[in-house]
Amino acid sequence: MSAPERTANGGRVLRYLLPVATLVLAVAIWHLVVQIYALPPYKLPGPVLVAQTMVADWDVLSTSLVATLVTTFEGFLLAVAGGVGLAILFNLSRLIEYSLYPFAVVIQVTPVLAIAPLLLIYLPQQGAVLVCAWIVAFFPVLANTTLGLSSVDHNLADLFRLYGASRTQVLFRLKLPSALPHILAGIRIAGGLSLVGAVVAEIAAGSAGAGSGLAFRIAEAGYRLNIPRMFAALILLSISGIVIFFALSGLSHLMLRRWHESAVARDA
Amino acid sequence: MEQSLQAVAALGKPAVQAIVARIRHGSWRGTALSNSPSSLRSAAGPPIVALRDVAKTFANGVEALAGLDLDVRPGEFVSLLGPSGCGKSTALRLIAGLSEPSGGAIAWRDGAARDIGFVFQEPTLMPWTTVARNVALPLSLRHVGTSGAAARVAAALDRVGLAAFRDAYPRELSGGMRMRVSIARALATDADLLLMDEPFAALDEITRFKLNNDLLAVWQALGKTVVFVTHSVFESVYLSGRIVVMTPRPGRVFKQLAIEAPYPRDERFRTSAEYAAYCRLVAEALSQAMGVAA
Repeated sequence: MSAPERTANGGRVLRYLLPVATLVLAVAIWHLVVQIYALPPYKLPGPVLVAQTMVADWDVLSTSLVATLVTTFEGFLLAVAGGVGLAILFNLSRLIEYSLYPFAVVIQVTPVLAIAPLLLIYLPQQGAVLVCAWIVAFFPVLANTTLGLSSVDHNLADLFRLYGASRTQVLFRLKLPSALPHILAGIRIAGGLSLVGAVVAEIAAGSAGAGSGLAFRIAEAGYRLNIPRMFAALILLSISGIVIFFALSGLSHLMLRRWHESAVARDA
Repeated sequence: MEQSLQAVAALGKPAVQAIVARIRHGSWRGTALSNSPSSLRSAAGPPIVALRDVAKTFANGVEALAGLDLDVRPGEFVSLLGPSGCGKSTALRLIAGLSEPSGGAIAWRDGAARDIGFVFQEPTLMPWTTVARNVALPLSLRHVGTSGAAARVAAALDRVGLAAFRDAYPRELSGGMRMRVSIARALATDADLLLMDEPFAALDEITRFKLNNDLLAVWQALGKTVVFVTHSVFESVYLSGRIVVMTPRPGRVFKQLAIEAPYPRDERFRTSAEYAAYCRLVAEALSQAMGVAA
């Protein structure tokens, strides 16, 4: 094995080893602090108790986890479809873009936590939660896709014109493939945000007294001072976010690895 | 540019000077040098495309071309030579129909559909797909059947020496190879007219010389007509049967020079006294053209 190769491998090992080591260290400190100061569980539960709660309450927590993930996933799919669809529509027609884009911005800049209670009045709860997830997640897809569709190589666009390409051909064979890296970047952000949207809406709905998602469990456990369960639910949400992030990063890498600079490994 | 003019000025050897004198006098290879188009009939037949008094003024008021007259005759290799900003690329885009002239007329030979292969300064490939699919693009946009298209793509790739790279992605190729793919794509539709906009300007000299030779081989083998835009005196002399020297701001034809050296041309021509003499004449014409503009 040559020297640079060893450094590269060393770098990769460190990249995975260091975060794991840091996490173990943090959990150990957490455990020690709880032990040394003999903190009661309603102030700060130790990691062991949180793990025990996770196992003991798994029936409740797993049902809630599935509920939250289903909402997240549905909101995410709608956000991708809505974001890409609107961007294509905007790209095809200036009139539509000028008419609708400001409203997309308004929806985006209004804090979703403030919209959620209103939505809960007008929509059935499941619908309101879904709309919240969509509102939070669709804008990055729309903004990134819009950018991608308009940053087509001018010479390639000329070439398509020269060979008499139709509008459909230009869209599907030039603009969308060119925009793919941008679209995927938007989708990666949307994945995390749709979880945020789902949680925000559940919290809002939870105070109205209905719901079954993880965020609702957190709110409910908070009222009952069941702090260990709050932690357990929070950790599940966190893990969900991490899994979503890595899944979408992997998807993006798979789709771009043959051609885009961002995904191609370089020899040093 | 400055560098190349100095290099040509240094070609002051007696043999070169003698040839320069004979070309000027009209006794070199029995040709006369003149501005009149009729004396420049290196290729036969009526022009494929004729530009008459063509003007192009951009929306920002920049006058790119004014009073441009240019005939492109079937089978010839003609270069548009001039400093940057002389409108040579604009002229090419007008011929391609990518831009409309603000004045004058562009007339096509009867029956000649505007069938064009265009090669840009950049390879301009679709990075997301393979070499073969890039070359096939003009055919698939025109819904040419897959079996017919596949054969033509294979032939075009073979022609530029990239048959083995059909499944590679553009980023996996060198700059010279990407430019070859771009040329293969221009050949795929079997268009009679190839428009090339400084295609080799970004390449290193070794690669450029190689591609010059390969382009000449393709041109001779397929009998295409080539309009080649360049700002290199050396490249234009090496490749062309005719050089159109243009003045900048606004661009128009300053002088036309026939390069009577016979094809096929190779490295021997590149190092000959005749080549040096032509380079010197063309460089003189170019510096006069720039002087006119200044």
